[in-house]
Amino acid sequence: MTVGTPKHRELGLTDHEYELIVEQLGREPNDVELAMFSLLWSEHCAYKHSRKLLSRLPTAGERVVMGPGENAGAVDVGNGYAVAFKVESHNHPSAVEPFEGAATGVGGILRDVFAIGARPIAILDSLRFGELDSVRSRHLLDGAVRGIGHYGNSIGVATVGGEIYFEEPYEHNCLVNAMCVGFAKTAEMVRAAAAGVGNSIVLMGASTGRDGIGGASVLASAELGDGDDAKRPTVQIGDPFEESKLLECCLELLEKGLLVSLQDLGAAGLTSSAGEMASAGGVGIDLDVALVPLREADMEPFEIMVSESQERMLAVVEPERVAEVQAICEKWQTGSAEIGVVTDSGQIRILKRGDVVGEMPVEALVDGCPLYDLEPVEPGGWIYGNRATLAPGVSAEDELLALLAAPSIASKRWAFEQYDSVVGSRTVRRPESADAAVLQLPESGNAIAVSIDGNGRRVACNPYAGTVEAVLECAQNLACVGAEPLGLTNCLNFGNPEKPAPAWQLDRAVSGLADACAALGVPVVGGNVSLYNEGPDGPIYPTPVVAMVGELPDPARVAGSALVAAGDAIALLGPFSPTLAGSELAKQRGELDAGLPTPDVEKVANACRVVRDAVRAGRVASAHDVSDGGLACALAESAIGGGIGCRVDLQPLRERGCSPEEALFGEGAGGFLLSGERSALEDLGAVVIGEAGGTTIEIAAGDRSLVVGLGGAESAWRSLGERAER
Amino acid sequence: MIWGVLQFPGSCDERDAVHAYRLAGGEARLVWHEERDLRGLDGVVVPGGFSYGDYLRAGAIARFSPAMEAVAAFAAAGGPVLGICNGFQVLCEAGLLPGALLRNAELRFRCHQVELIEEGTGARLSIPAKHGEGRYNAPNELLDQLEAKGQVAYRYADGHNSNGSARDIAGVTNERGNVLGLMPHPEHAVDPLTGSTDGLRVFERMSGILA
Repeated sequence: MTVGTPKHRELGLTDHEYELIVEQLGREPNDVELAMFSLLWSEHCAYKHSRKLLSRLPTAGERVVMGPGENAGAVDVGNGYAVAFKVESHNHPSAVEPFEGAATGVGGILRDVFAIGARPIAILDSLRFGELDSVRSRHLLDGAVRGIGHYGNSIGVATVGGEIYFEEPYEHNCLVNAMCVGFAKTAEMVRAAAAGVGNSIVLMGASTGRDGIGGASVLASAELGDGDDAKRPTVQIGDPFEESKLLECCLELLEKGLLVSLQDLGAAGLTSSAGEMASAGGVGIDLDVALVPLREADMEPFEIMVSESQERMLAVVEPERVAEVQAICEKWQTGSAEIGVVTDSGQIRILKRGDVVGEMPVEALVDGCPLYDLEPVEPGGWIYGNRATLAPGVSAEDELLALLAAPSIASKRWAFEQYDSVVGSRTVRRPESADAAVLQLPESGNAIAVSIDGNGRRVACNPYAGTVEAVLECAQNLACVGAEPLGLTNCLNFGNPEKPAPAWQLDRAVSGLADACAALGVPVVGGNVSLYNEGPDGPIYPTPVVAMVGELPDPARVAGSALVAAGDAIALLGPFSPTLAGSELAKQRGELDAGLPTPDVEKVANACRVVRDAVRAGRVASAHDVSDGGLACALAESAIGGGIGCRVDLQPLRERGCSPEEALFGEGAGGFLLSGERSALEDLGAVVIGEAGGTTIEIAAGDRSLVVGLGGAESAWRSLGERAER
Repeated sequence: MIWGVLQFPGSCDERDAVHAYRLAGGEARLVWHEERDLRGLDGVVVPGGFSYGDYLRAGAIARFSPAMEAVAAFAAAGGPVLGICNGFQVLCEAGLLPGALLRNAELRFRCHQVELIEEGTGARLSIPAKHGEGRYNAPNELLDQLEAKGQVAYRYADGHNSNGSARDIAGVTNERGNVLGLMPHPEHAVDPLTGSTDGLRVFERMSGILA
């Protein structure tokens, strides 16, 4: 007899966790049970290293329709309608196979949204790769962008926004976070809790195959490293056509009131969806694996239970309505099979042709996983590298051009033109034309704005302040289009929580998120956590991606970010005191270091209110928040967008104590760049700094004053596509 | 006037087309791909999307649907038929329009606002295009023939032919003129809030065939 690694360890369970399972079952688990426990007790499903922290987040609010714990969060947008939204990561699958990883990331988040009865109306993506001069990064970027486009375009949901950053720490562990926004009549929305003993469990959609077995435990809950090629079979393959049929089918079933509840099959497949439905409903479920339609006839019961085959949904249906449900599935040419029944046993029982092959208490399986306290230790300084790419002593003009050409700042047109941004007839502001995506909702008589943000580099400098900034940036983006925030969701992408530094980053970031949301009065309606994002060189930048949805009454009043007319005054509004800490310029100079000032959330919130009201009243021609690359880059973006130059003097920032460089390229929260009539801007309390016009960007900033031609600035800013396809 | 908009599994822009016809002052309803009865309809739209997943080849499966059989008969009787994007591909596959749509020259899906020139009038229309397989192609003799018979309906304006279409062709009609297919999406250019209203002109042209 050979002595190998015990099976539970291969599946990612610790010895202690295994002992707990034995204790709760009162016996050793068999292979089916062990496979199911290993998945539901994985970090990905059980949130065992983050759940305690997440209780800090404020989740209540007047407009909240569904909060954390459901498939997606949802907020009330008036007139009987709600908007549902969620962000989820598909980082590790994308690092192994970017096209399918990103595509199924989109497919999964869409299912989360239509599982609650909302029609998906928009997709946004937040992507992180290593530097663009790396072949691997370009391969991952190309694959991920194609994968997102393939799935979103084919299923007919508009991809309306997102962000892409390129930083060395993501070289081996890229981030692919996909967000979906859905729209629903509030009364028609459905929860995921199984209910009604004796009701049928119906599996709908694609058949079940061997793809994605162990995705949640093997791939999503461990660090990447050597031998990842062997993990490729754990990446799922997506089929947007299958999902398109399934989506329409589910929405028709819900509209006709034929379902008691609905849940998507994502990570851990049938195991997690059945477990979570039973747990939420306080019931038991019997499933017979012999009734599951299979792609390969000889699949083992454990494989059927953990398969992550895509495009499947699980529904609870009253027995007398099963035939009607199956007829509608047939109409949409999507599969359906009655595979089980809701029981009052409090057990998940897995049968094969009636014989029990696994039996576990729902509570042990879903909620029995131990929750761990982190052991955070603040690292003694900057734990990431520094690589100078900008020669010392270059002119301010060259600095501006280098920043505009920085892949993280440069126009992302190359990427977003590969996405259908107009399908659905709701897109009032296409990507890059405003700070937030704006979607009209004629049914409820208003519009929503959506923004997704998270600058990992700044969070790495100071996880608390950086996360506060990410929330504020979202709020500022919404303010620029006149929207009032209704709710926030997030995806926390961090390194290994069992190591002291990533644990500290996570702890501080969650506190920053909680405090910023509380101060802004924005409830957190959902979230996702992706840990163990590390490569051979260490953890990624801590990257809390936050996404905010806001409401605006009149989409015709939305301001764009581009300058509109020569002669318009340009003004700065808000508590903006930029520094070079954590800035793109500091990165290019190789001068990154720990530390970042903490923004004054109250003051920024006030500035957001002023801008929002001014945009709603039509008192500004354009509004743009000052973000990556500082005020000089924000000015250049507005000028390039409008095809109009500008001439400004940054003396007001000098008077706030900024050096010329800080005034030009310093970063920090709270800055709005507005244009319009001088008197209207002054009435808002904005400081006029110059005027639109001409064909150059001319900025007076003491000994760093600069003049750059609009054409030169635009070529630098539009250089991403060329370099991505090199 | 009542327009029928076909709905295949995998259609994406069918609701937009219904919405656009309503904005243009007409009536419209969805026609399920298994329907064969088009009575009561004054015109038909074959919408954009990825019918049947566009497996095998864009439009290759949809052309065999029961509804498309009915559309062929409807077109043969002179009824107006508009194919948009995937609908254009389906109509070409079905032989109701000449030519074929190949993968874009740069081998990427692209979504952007393009400018079209309406053949004959020279009117310039700003309409979004979004496709991965929109490169219009036909043998040279056929292209000559289409031009001679006035079957080229729209061309991309200078600098807007991003998919590499032969002779900048964005849309063509059949010989009789009652079947029109184009790659850009007029149904996404009917509302000033979402971009432009130039697409209305395409719908008016189709409605004109009725008169």
